[in-house]
Amino acid sequence: MGTQVVEIPINPEIVQEENLVYRKPATLTGKPFHYCPGCGHSTVHKLLMEVVAEMDIQEEIIGVAPVGCSVFAYDYMDIDMQEAAHGRACAVATGIKRMMPDKYVFTYQGDGDLAAIGTAETIHAANRGENILVIFINNAVYGMTSGQMAPTTLPGMATTTSPFGRDVKQVGYPLRMSELLATLPATAYITRQSVHTPNNVRKTKKALQRALEYQKQGLGFCMVEIVSNCPSNWKMTPLESNRFIEEKMIPYYPLGDVKVPEVK
Amino acid sequence: MGELRLMKGNEALAEALIRVGCDGYFGYPITPQSEVIEYLSREATARTGMVVLQAESEVASINMIYGAAGAGRRVATTSSSPGISLMQEGLSYIAGAELPCLVVNVVRGGPGLGTIQPSQADYFQATKGGGHGDYHLIVLAPYNVQEMVDFVKLGFELAEKYRNPAMILADGAMGQMMEKVELFEQQPRRTEFPEWATTGKPKDKPHRIVTSLFIEPEVMEQVNLRLQEKYREMEKNEVRYQTIDIDDADYIFTGFGLGARIAMKAMEIARNKGIKVGLIRPQTVYPFPYSIYKEIASKVKGILDVELNAGQMIEDVRLAVEGRVPVEFYGRMGGMIPDPESVVEHFEKVFLGGK
Repeated sequence: MGTQVVEIPINPEIVQEENLVYRKPATLTGKPFHYCPGCGHSTVHKLLMEVVAEMDIQEEIIGVAPVGCSVFAYDYMDIDMQEAAHGRACAVATGIKRMMPDKYVFTYQGDGDLAAIGTAETIHAANRGENILVIFINNAVYGMTSGQMAPTTLPGMATTTSPFGRDVKQVGYPLRMSELLATLPATAYITRQSVHTPNNVRKTKKALQRALEYQKQGLGFCMVEIVSNCPSNWKMTPLESNRFIEEKMIPYYPLGDVKVPEVK
Repeated sequence: MGELRLMKGNEALAEALIRVGCDGYFGYPITPQSEVIEYLSREATARTGMVVLQAESEVASINMIYGAAGAGRRVATTSSSPGISLMQEGLSYIAGAELPCLVVNVVRGGPGLGTIQPSQADYFQATKGGGHGDYHLIVLAPYNVQEMVDFVKLGFELAEKYRNPAMILADGAMGQMMEKVELFEQQPRRTEFPEWATTGKPKDKPHRIVTSLFIEPEVMEQVNLRLQEKYREMEKNEVRYQTIDIDDADYIFTGFGLGARIAMKAMEIARNKGIKVGLIRPQTVYPFPYSIYKEIASKVKGILDVELNAGQMIEDVRLAVEGRVPVEFYGRMGGMIPDPESVVEHFEKVFLGGK
């Protein structure tokens, strides 16, 4: 079965530059996202690249992709990028930033990458106050390896390696990384956002923008945690998964700024 | 003639890192090479602006090297055996992403936590891969403090020529002992960086990606073929070794680094006894100088290999001579250092019927 191409009729009188209300930022490569329908990754990729375009820093920013669902982030983001080993993104970003302190550097990491295998690298980069932005996608599950328990899986939540629900007596409690990192004096801006409603999408974009502004000012380590969904591995429709975020995820991972820089 | 100084191997190596125009050093302290990061922390930044950062682990430091080398910078890390084991993941990624950098292993006795005394037991790990996947490091084996300095320069030159990580495979004795050393002149740090480096996407040019991920097997195979081609080039062009008095030799002593140095003294003792012994000392242990052993195999009666391990390089020597001449071994392990007299005694036992 071949792919069906649907021709969309275009009225040239309406399709004019001045009537344009939305377009994909030029900082995306144009390659179709491989992410599952409804997944938050695509939204965050787009937001980040919008911010890069609006700040006009496409030539000044270097990204670090993780191991996880967003391992191919560099296929979509039209900026210089490095692919890190699983969990090592913050160390790789440290190497880049220390060599080029005037460039913007960010990592894009999932919960397994940032809060399990890479916990040491994350905490020490934060503790050194590395002047980087960490974008942390928390969907409470290992997506790419198809649904195993993550360090952020909710108590009682079923995954393929906690089929009877996460038993906190056996495997401990989900890590609240934002609150944990906010206790370190060298972190500048730690915020938790989500992309499950249009309003939250707007707030996430603002947070990304703020974090990059702070990096420009040299304020130190910034993290934007984004509570996200995983319809495929949660075995839900996209809508159901957004409802799960609202009802289950946000009560455990409350949204909002956890730490903001002091105004001097 | 360059500046002459009396220096400890680790400090001479650190001085060479500054003088070679290194942009960054990321490391974690471990005996017997902590003097490197201490020396650099005192000296480097004020002199050249070089970045010196103590990482939280060797896992972190090698990944900082990945990031910094990916930005086209000239960077190095140093460690000793247990720390180098922790770096194997990163080294595999660095080899896969084809990033030039310099890694120094001041080897100590193992396995496990082992001992802090000198050893050469990491030869297999250094020359045959160490991490996962089909790859090679360029491996240089210094036998004195002078080569601890010279191989810093050579290591970077080869690493950058082939876009491949290079390793200096030293040992605790090379790191700790003091010798006279001639230092090369201070080189300026580079201000221009390679085309492939991720320094920010150039206007109107494609973005640069540093990665070892090639998910399609057809592509991954092509990447591997290209890497193998690169290793064959190194094997053709970069083999380095030293020979002493091999022309009239009936027997050959061999070894790398400290083992070779001990074999040199043993050779002197044997020569004084009237036994014609020559010496072959590989300076590159990858690529390994197979041809010189192959050449000498039909001209001598035997080869004695001296190492501070259970016999590792000897496998390459035997591979080279293809059974045409007996190759015997003398070694000590666990941080013990063979003395030249025992080497000669062992030689006489195995080759001269215990005379």
